Amino acid sequence: MTEETRDAVPGMTITCQEVVELVTDYLEGELDDSTRAELEAHLALCPGCDAYLTQMRATIDELGHVPVESLSEEAQDGLMAAFRSFHAPGSAGT
Amino acid sequence: MQREAPATVSTAPQQAMVGPGVPAPRAADPDDRELVERLRLGDEAAFSGIVSGWSPMMLRVARGHVSTDASCEEVVQETWMAVIRGIDRFEGRSSLRTWVFRILTNLAKTRGVREARSVPMSSWAPADVGGPTVDPDRFRAADDQYPHNWTPVGAPTPWQAGPEQSAVAGETRELLGAALQELPERQRLVVTLRDVHGLSSNEVCAALDLSPANQRVLLHRGRAKLRAVLEDYYRGSEVAS
Repeated sequence: MTEETRDAVPGMTITCQEVVELVTDYLEGELDDSTRAELEAHLALCPGCDAYLTQMRATIDELGHVPVESLSEEAQDGLMAAFRSFHAPGSAGT
Repeated sequence: MQREAPATVSTAPQQAMVGPGVPAPRAADPDDRELVERLRLGDEAAFSGIVSGWSPMMLRVARGHVSTDASCEEVVQETWMAVIRGIDRFEGRSSLRTWVFRILTNLAKTRGVREARSVPMSSWAPADVGGPTVDPDRFRAADDQYPHNWTPVGAPTPWQAGPEQSAVAGETRELLGAALQELPERQRLVVTLRDVHGLSSNEVCAALDLSPANQRVLLHRGRAKLRAVLEDYYRGSEVAS
């Protein structure tokens, strides 16, 4: 394939190395229409980049299951007590 | 984004700013309105629900501004106290969560200044924002027939989920949790808030004083490193099996 024809084929004007740096903008919906179309055409042609994007999505998905820390029990109990007393009859809150 | 004064400050008549031709502020969605009503009436289940639901991400946001876990916890508690006292003044021109986060961010910043940490995220040195996120050796050279495309060995291959999928899931989560801790602080905060806690990019930008472009760069670099960690893990388990 010559340089000219490669440039003309949708999906071939962008390289894999460029694609991996654009995946976040792509997932965030921040690419302009022509770049997005070119990237999607590339993904359709390139199993490596397609796998990369799938893996990025899997990583994001998996991150949604990482355990998180919350307020201590005492702190939560304290807040509930404050809420209760604020709304108790005769308090400042009523 | 619509501005709304924090609960600790008396609200100015901002409605006056809306004139002809200016789109009316987006009203809170009906669920939000019902929630606010329940909070005003002293519904403990409603309050308990948002405290347990939102406090984990609020602790992370606070961590972007103050220096210790203890301070984070205090800032989040102060925020909830301000919500208890100020819910009657909430006007529903942003979502309730946005309003709560604005109170939190203001309190956390004030606290951060007092603790002399007070290095806004936006002015942190951009030490971790340059360079490629994937090892350049995995791509063909510039003089190759297909320059900068994957080499046969470098190309990612689909991850195979193991037969004992639930065990693998537990292991990958543990691995990801540990890998998150290894990320540079700004990347860790952004990735944690976006992907672990599910905040929107707008919420993260507002909470951490980041431009949308900076937020995306940090998210991109953090996610790329975590993907690489999982890739190593899956490749390793393929070799082992």
